[in-house]
Amino acid sequence: MADIRALPQLDDLYREVVLDHYRKPRGRHPLAAPTACTDGFNPTCGDQVRVAFELDGKRIRDLSVESQGCSISVASGSMMAELLPGKTIEEARGVTAAFKRMMHGAPLDPGQDLGDLDALSGVARYPVRVKCALLAWTTLEESLRSITHSPAGESRTGIAGTDGPTTEERP
Amino acid sequence: MRTERPVETTAPAPAARKFDLASVRADFPILERPINGHRLVYLDSVATAQKPRSVIAAEAHYYETMNANVHRSIHTLAAEATEAYEAARARVARFIGADDARGVLFNSGTTAGINLLASCWSAELKAGDEILLTEMEHHSNLVPWFLAAQRAGAVIKHIPVTDEGRLDLTALPEVVSARTRIVSLAHVSNVLGTVNPVAEIAAAVRKLAKGAVKIAVDAAQSAPHCMLDLRTLGADAVAFSAHKMLGPTGVGLLWVRPDLLEQMTPYQGGGEMIREVYLDRATWADIPARFEPGTPNIAGVAALPAALDYLESFDLPTVAKHEADVLDYAMEQLRALGGVRILGPADGRVGSLSFADKRVHPHDLATILDQRGVAIRAGHHCAQPLHRRFGLIASARASFYLYNGRDDVDALVDGLREARRYLG
Repeated sequence: MADIRALPQLDDLYREVVLDHYRKPRGRHPLAAPTACTDGFNPTCGDQVRVAFELDGKRIRDLSVESQGCSISVASGSMMAELLPGKTIEEARGVTAAFKRMMHGAPLDPGQDLGDLDALSGVARYPVRVKCALLAWTTLEESLRSITHSPAGESRTGIAGTDGPTTEERP
Repeated sequence: MRTERPVETTAPAPAARKFDLASVRADFPILERPINGHRLVYLDSVATAQKPRSVIAAEAHYYETMNANVHRSIHTLAAEATEAYEAARARVARFIGADDARGVLFNSGTTAGINLLASCWSAELKAGDEILLTEMEHHSNLVPWFLAAQRAGAVIKHIPVTDEGRLDLTALPEVVSARTRIVSLAHVSNVLGTVNPVAEIAAAVRKLAKGAVKIAVDAAQSAPHCMLDLRTLGADAVAFSAHKMLGPTGVGLLWVRPDLLEQMTPYQGGGEMIREVYLDRATWADIPARFEPGTPNIAGVAALPAALDYLESFDLPTVAKHEADVLDYAMEQLRALGGVRILGPADGRVGSLSFADKRVHPHDLATILDQRGVAIRAGHHCAQPLHRRFGLIASARASFYLYNGRDDVDALVDGLREARRYLG
């Protein structure tokens, strides 16, 4: 890959693992009966993501991420879809918090394994792209908040904010 | 409006400076700054233009020699600052072909100008009256009118955009009615670069609407190319920004027909816009002061004539020819590369070249180009409805100004090739 050597900074951003997730995003399958389905939107660039998951008790049984966006946002969402199924809501929150810390340049806690997400660590050096990497995750956070803070079956919660996700709960 | 752009304005021009790209670039200090180890290739002038040394010096000169508040104090500095401020107003009037400088208002930018118009003009609207916009507008020429329409119970209509990226004027009879009261449209699209035939549209709308229609023009992207001539534009108001035409940030220009301006209720209240103030009421100052409350960006205004002088120091058709050559070359190179969808018409455009690569998302392209010193814009460029019209969420936009050359286009295309090697 002579071209990547020509631009060493980009080597760190576009690692092969990231590009693989971008080219073949995981978890794009729609869910039959999602516990929650939340749309995220980055108003500065227009990138969109839909995060949906099915809970089995407190555990995420299945999760789908449908992204329309750049390589970083697509790869980040794909990694989420690969990493979170089987985890509890608390564990998913822990991963989200750790990934956010990583995007803000903090080192990972010892023993914290973020799987392929580790390959996105280079994004922290591109402040304008951190939002891309976090879009799916802030959307997930919003989604998780909606199921824990509002009674099940409540329909639509519009949430204004930088990443402005809107949540639609499907009982 | 000038379709053949640009021709001479009022005063006979002094002998024009020869247009030479290398010497033009030498006037812009920022172009000497390497970006990520590469020559800066600045292709984002439609967002904001770079500043020549003379403009930077003019702003510093103001602060170093005459800083004072305007229209208030008696002392020498205040008199000089006021004189510079009012001289700038006259200079802007000359730049746009206005015979009465009282119609020129200073504010913070095009957005502020359109908000003023939307607020003041909607005060006269009745429920069911119509505001006509277009599908290619910048959000700042949409949202202020939405707010105004909400307040007045007015209806928003729009002129659609053709697949080619021009306004579909055949739709005018459908979208103009006897209730049409306001039209606001871009002179040049900030995404497509399309030059809209404002005069033709203004005449057609006035004929179709029959009643009194006010026509506002968002000239943010035409003023930088010296395309504004009020004598032929057919507009009642024109808003534009100094920072997109080599001038300082934070200076907006709004021209409103003085007789209209006289009838408008003030937009914002404060100091300097009044004649007499009592504890419960006030009377208004004459125009333009009536619409300029508070302390303006005096230094920016004082530096603006340096930008206009710079732009008009060249033979304008020569500059226009150079800019067209670079834009045409860029379109030609992207077409030759293939796999790129260029938005907007093949001709009759200026400034912007927005495109969507089949394989590389605009964000990724912008990051990869930035590593090579090439600055473009990626996203929806504050024109979501237009992107939706073309079935896109985002596009990449390279925009060109007088300091760009074919070498900048080559850097863009090389960078795009590189991005494809990464991500394709």
